[in-house]
Amino acid sequence: MPALEETEKPDLNLDRSVGDFSYDVQYQYDAGVGLTEATIDYICDVKNDPDWIREFRKDGLRKFLEKPMPTHWASHDLDNIVFDNIRYYLSQGTQPKRSWDDVPEEMKQTFERLGIPEQERKFLAGVEAQFDSEAAYSNIKAAVGEQGVIFVGSTEGLHKHPEIFRKWFGKVIPTGDNKFSALNSAVFSGGSFIYVPPGVKVKHPLQAYFRINAESFGQFERTLIIADEGSEVMYMEGCTAPKFETSTLHSAVVELVALKGAKIQYVTVQNWSPNVFNLVTKRGLAHEEAEIKWIDCNIGSRLTMKYPGVIMKGRKARGEVISIALASDGQHQDTGAKMIHAADETTSNIVSKSISIGSGIATYRGLVDIPPHRKGCKNNTECDALLINTHSRTDTYPAVVVRGNQNATQHEASVSKVSAEQIFYMQQRGLSEGEAMSLAVNGFVNDLVREFPMEYSVELKRLIDLEMEGSVG
Amino acid sequence: MRGLHQEFLIYLLMSLVIKNLTANIGDQQILKGVNLEVPKGEVHAIMGKNGSGKSTLAKIMAGHPDYTVTGGEVLMDGENLFDMEEPDERARAGLFLAFQYPMEIPGVTIANFIRAAVQARLPEGEELEATDYYANLYAKMDALKIPRAFTSRSVNEGFSGGEKKRCEILQMAMLEPKYAVLDETDSGLDIDALKIVSDGVNALRSPDRGFLVITHYQRLLNYIVPDKVHVMVDGRIVMTGDKDLALELEARGYDWVTEGELATA
Ligand SMILES: Nc1ncnc2c1ncn2[C@@H]1O[C@H](COP(=O)(O)OP(=O)(O)O)[C@@H](O)[C@H]1O
Ligand SMILES: [Mg+2]
Repeated sequence: MPALEETEKPDLNLDRSVGDFSYDVQYQYDAGVGLTEATIDYICDVKNDPDWIREFRKDGLRKFLEKPMPTHWASHDLDNIVFDNIRYYLSQGTQPKRSWDDVPEEMKQTFERLGIPEQERKFLAGVEAQFDSEAAYSNIKAAVGEQGVIFVGSTEGLHKHPEIFRKWFGKVIPTGDNKFSALNSAVFSGGSFIYVPPGVKVKHPLQAYFRINAESFGQFERTLIIADEGSEVMYMEGCTAPKFETSTLHSAVVELVALKGAKIQYVTVQNWSPNVFNLVTKRGLAHEEAEIKWIDCNIGSRLTMKYPGVIMKGRKARGEVISIALASDGQHQDTGAKMIHAADETTSNIVSKSISIGSGIATYRGLVDIPPHRKGCKNNTECDALLINTHSRTDTYPAVVVRGNQNATQHEASVSKVSAEQIFYMQQRGLSEGEAMSLAVNGFVNDLVREFPMEYSVELKRLIDLEMEGSVG
Repeated sequence: MRGLHQEFLIYLLMSLVIKNLTANIGDQQILKGVNLEVPKGEVHAIMGKNGSGKSTLAKIMAGHPDYTVTGGEVLMDGENLFDMEEPDERARAGLFLAFQYPMEIPGVTIANFIRAAVQARLPEGEELEATDYYANLYAKMDALKIPRAFTSRSVNEGFSGGEKKRCEILQMAMLEPKYAVLDETDSGLDIDALKIVSDGVNALRSPDRGFLVITHYQRLLNYIVPDKVHVMVDGRIVMTGDKDLALELEARGYDWVTEGELATA
């Protein structure tokens, strides 16, 4: 018998999704249901926000209420989000623990089941573990901290490092960028603040894990990463949520700033349960000769809308988006990339692979913008879609806007199917239908999986196997 | 009576028996009552014109979903293949089909593919030992003169016809089936490749294994010498003989069989 009372769903899918469990937590702070100015004041009071943040949030709320849903281009499913039924802030306090021993038992148990402390011991330079609205745990290895690297939650970042935080916060993604960036600006909580001093190369990845535990809840983390001149950092995020009857909202904003010659790699492996609306705005600003690379893997969720972008602001800056999206039955993955070439000799690369299964829909939506007066800019875009069974659909909208003739773009797209003959061939060798599907899908994404850090590529392969086994019979 | 019955049972448990097999694709009947017995340790050949139903027979045994079995049965060492719903169950029970047209599987390396197939035959919870696996794989590749570099190439992708066929035999060698059906394994092979593939098959001949070799050229049977030759015409086996029947067919053509059949009808 487990020491804690836990609510496991008596569902056949239980074993398929490692993340499908939740604990009954008595939250100390609960902003209640619905979103008004009072909700924002409640959050500000709990978090002891400075006045400029209170104002920033209220501006966010105004813009959120003003802005229309972007339903005209992704999915009318957004209309099914009932904002009045969502809980916008749930926590056990705002101070993350530095030691797992101090983390409240049910949270500690959660992250242990997800394998986070073990990963930390094995290969990470630092870990932040967010449980609903706040980080329960946040720690950086001493050696990394001694190099001057800051890795804390957004709340601690804005309180303790206002001079860096305030300079860049909300500058890469303006509050009014879209309805969901405005919503995040109004109620954000959690997420990471990272600063890497000039010339420091963080050898091991920093990792954040975002866990939704509560039903009818919205998670709105806000991450800001600043890599100072010539520095390098890799950040990885993982996310899960249990399967609830009602829908859950995850709406993050992630801003990256790579100063001259800096390199940031941002790796996401998300495995949301199929009731999560995942509406995330991610963008990086790359200065001269800087490089920003998004490696993004979207598995699960009900609807994901996510288009990581890079604004190449300095000469010879580079931007890259490598993305894998897997849309199972009933799911919609609307993903893509935005590359803004705002300086000469900037280079961008987009490789997107999507897999649609059953009634799943995967859409690629891209934007590559190279204004007419730019010189020597290059973009390469590759979009490959794999369809598994005839109901699946895939759409590609690779908007490439090149208004000059001194630049080069290249675009390739392909759509392929896992045919019944391929499955039969593999089954004839003794593989079950599910194993055959997994193998075909893993083969399809194989070259991209190699881009992931080893530990994550193993995880990714396992997630694909689980998803494919779940999708047959 | 009792002695005879037992003998029959032993025979049944040691052979691949196809009894009155009829099958359709859509409403079209393709197999019209196939009868055939391949005892363990023997190699039987099926010859027949294009379109006579040879590949259909092979695919039906393997469990291809497009065909409907309308009558008859196939017993593999006494076990009815049609009691096994999925193609992979039949495969794991010991049936192997070398495809006439092997499929490409982009991004999946030969080494990983065969490894997954070998792993699928192990009891639940048992992990294939990687070093043993590769030692075995390399030995069998060497025997089939398949360069080591092939292990990291995607299954059948960009392979020549001959490379595909050699890769089918490699899989057979690794999976060690009880019964193997080779569908036109000689097509697309030059004489050197034909010898390599035949040597590969001959090396696997054993008292514990039966082969059904489908071909419409006699040439292959010079290298893989069959115990029996069956001739298929329009979804039926119409004639059975020893290896010399292949030579006779080559000399006289298939029309000779059809005429002969009409004459005896
Ligand atoms: N998928 C299919 N759809 C329709 N007809 C088929 C299909 N597969 C085979 N046939 C027909 O079945 C008959 C036997 O084909 P096949 O078994 O491939 O012959 P063989 O291997 O002896 O050349 C042919 O007339 C062929 O046209
Ligand atoms: Mg054929």
